[in-house]
Amino acid sequence: MTAPVLEVRGLSVSFGAGRDVVRGVDLMVEAGTCVAIVGESGSGKSVTARALLGLAGAGASVRADRLVVAGADRRGASEREWRRTRGVGAGLVLQDALVSLDPLRSIGREIGDPLRIHRRMSHAAARTRAIELLELVGMPHPSLTVDRRSGELSGGMRQRALIASALALDPPLLIADEPTTALDVGVQARVLALLDEARARGTGVLLISHDLAVVSRIADTVVVLDDGAVVETGPTAEILGAPRHPVTRALIDAVPTDVPRGARLVVRDRQAAAPAEPESDPPRPPRSGPARPPAIEGVGLSKSFRAGGGTTHAVQEVSFRVDPGRTLGLVGESGSGKTTLARLALGLTAPDAGEVRLAGEPWTPLPERDRRTRRSRIAAVYQDAFGSFDPRWNVGRILRDALVAGQREVSNAAVTALLDQVHVPVDAASRHPLALSGGQRQRVAIARALAGSPDVLVCDEPVSALDATVQARVLDLFDELQRVHGLAMLFISHDLGVIRHMSDTVAVMRNGRVIEHGDAERVFTAPQHEVTAALIRDSPRIP
Amino acid sequence: MSDLELSNRAVSGRTLPRPPRAGTVAAFAFVAFLVVATIAPGLLQTADPTAIAPRDAFEPPSTAHWFGTDESGRDVYSRVVEGTGTSLLIGVSATAIGLALGLLLGALAGLGGRVLDFVVGRVNEVLFAFPGILLALLVIVLWGPGPVTATIAVGLSTAPGYARIIRGELVTVRSSGFVEAARVLGHGRWRILARHILPNALAPIVVLATLGIGQAVVWASALSYLGLGAQPPAPEWGAMLAAGRTYITTAWWLTVFPGLMIVLTTITTTVLGRALAARDGARR
Repeated sequence: MTAPVLEVRGLSVSFGAGRDVVRGVDLMVEAGTCVAIVGESGSGKSVTARALLGLAGAGASVRADRLVVAGADRRGASEREWRRTRGVGAGLVLQDALVSLDPLRSIGREIGDPLRIHRRMSHAAARTRAIELLELVGMPHPSLTVDRRSGELSGGMRQRALIASALALDPPLLIADEPTTALDVGVQARVLALLDEARARGTGVLLISHDLAVVSRIADTVVVLDDGAVVETGPTAEILGAPRHPVTRALIDAVPTDVPRGARLVVRDRQAAAPAEPESDPPRPPRSGPARPPAIEGVGLSKSFRAGGGTTHAVQEVSFRVDPGRTLGLVGESGSGKTTLARLALGLTAPDAGEVRLAGEPWTPLPERDRRTRRSRIAAVYQDAFGSFDPRWNVGRILRDALVAGQREVSNAAVTALLDQVHVPVDAASRHPLALSGGQRQRVAIARALAGSPDVLVCDEPVSALDATVQARVLDLFDELQRVHGLAMLFISHDLGVIRHMSDTVAVMRNGRVIEHGDAERVFTAPQHEVTAALIRDSPRIP
Repeated sequence: MSDLELSNRAVSGRTLPRPPRAGTVAAFAFVAFLVVATIAPGLLQTADPTAIAPRDAFEPPSTAHWFGTDESGRDVYSRVVEGTGTSLLIGVSATAIGLALGLLLGALAGLGGRVLDFVVGRVNEVLFAFPGILLALLVIVLWGPGPVTATIAVGLSTAPGYARIIRGELVTVRSSGFVEAARVLGHGRWRILARHILPNALAPIVVLATLGIGQAVVWASALSYLGLGAQPPAPEWGAMLAAGRTYITTAWWLTVFPGLMIVLTTITTTVLGRALAARDGARR
């Protein structure tokens, strides 16, 4: 057994006079191992990580029986002592690489900074070392990228640059706080591999995530945090194989990958609803009955944008169909044209070629004036629910406005019925969306989409901004609403697990084209295209 | 935390009343004084602002004459109160003119399509190239000095600034998620404009306009000081400054008190504008 690079006993953090947000946490990270802290948002993961680097923030009171970082007890360390620890003793990788890197400085300088500050290297030497580090993290063309600014890099490249800067001083401990959230699965897999390589070189890695599937790939030990306290800890395989605590079980169940279509993700509900479910569920309509036209259908759609000097072909010759009560899952990496296709389906941008039909009738060829009267037939749910609400309105007004648009009766009872459908307490109607949690905001957005009793629901990354367990509940809600209303859904996500769980048919997009299309089971069990195969391989799952 | 539970922290963060700052309270008190001085100056005056008493000329501030007396023995305090209406009227009307024109140009540029945006943008840049006071002087050269021309002149010279900000706000709000959501719901173009775009784009403008009033008062006073706005013996603050200038070495109170009013008015509107901006910012 090697010496621990991090040893914490009884760590507690509180802010002001409030109660402790971290309560008596014990942690131990040994060199060359990876420990993962998992928990929902608000469980105290990030505060714990920050407290380990003396970054808990102004007004935070940090107490511990033992707080050994990089070989020295840091209890009561001054800011000056912490500064000497950060970078040298422990590196930090944050979630949002865009705001963590200075947009006005080249990434070479960002990576070189710790070298110049702690090792007193010259500019030239620091630059050379930065190039080596970029090579180490697998950055394409490191000698060119070193002079780029963060704004000129893709999300995955930025995250790699950030890891390179954390590794610059070769610290014995690397703390990564949600390092892969918001990244495409392919990029996510590469970033995790990178952290795993650092671990193999002897660095102790502390990984923080809300997603158990992500961390289970590289973590040796898992620590489950709930409400600021450790509820379960143990070797990864043991935690995943035989979870003892309900919070751990909820986290495992929330992973949608490989959960069959239609099955609920939230255990508690599954048990409660299990006996009644078979009878109460209306049967799904028969697959593509010959009499009924598809609820929505796209034929030969193309759309390009002129930007800068060149033309971007966002969508090229894409055709799709969704039958009533069915879901078409649209998957692909960011920039593959998914959102443009959604906007075409919604009639928000006109296609350059091809057309969209709703229930067999023309949709995109109509002038906007005629389309407007039929808009209640197709509704949308977006990733950023909060941004889709007028900031001056409360929930009740948002829903009333949607009822007006759908030419439905506008009454308090109607608003209550909408909130009931999405399982949001009725008193939320008088609140501003700011006062709701992320999951509730998305539920309100779904309620608004249902206000006009649509036949088609277009969902653009509707759960990407949500925690794994909240995501599971919202996915269950979509499933329930689809059964009740017979909705045809165009469901867009970069997360294959989500797509597989939600979809009857799947279309995989890349560079504006559909490269694979077919029955969901067929696509996932026998992918025809190598890109699809890679996406499936990289998507996080519990082993 | 369950996503069905309401987040209490966010709720209390919004409803917790924060005690207003001392500066804001003082600013409100001063605004109350200005309002009374404008509507019913008689309530605050200690003497007739136009009554000439040559024997009492150049009296320094005392209990009888709080701000002293001028070269004709008139009570400076009462004249300052009397002038509040004129000075503020010029400031507020000038801001209103600037805002109205800015709104028109900004709306044309922000909502009128690419060609209009380009044309208005270039015209605006030309206007920006001139210092505001120069533009105001041009108007006065064309239409002659006087309080009305001064008002129009100041209004015109502030318009380009408002136009640019309003255009920016409109463009931002127009492309926001909630406007697209309203389109998807099937709302008409005019309803979206009236319910979503204008209210959200113009809320920050109210703050700017409050800040702008102080600025306009200073500019109008400057024009009056140059003899291009309100004319003596009208008790307008800028005109009073100009009249007192001759005696600045012997009777400092003739210039200090009207000047103080201009400074206080500007500070007050700025403090209130910031308080409004902070409230607006907290709501977003």
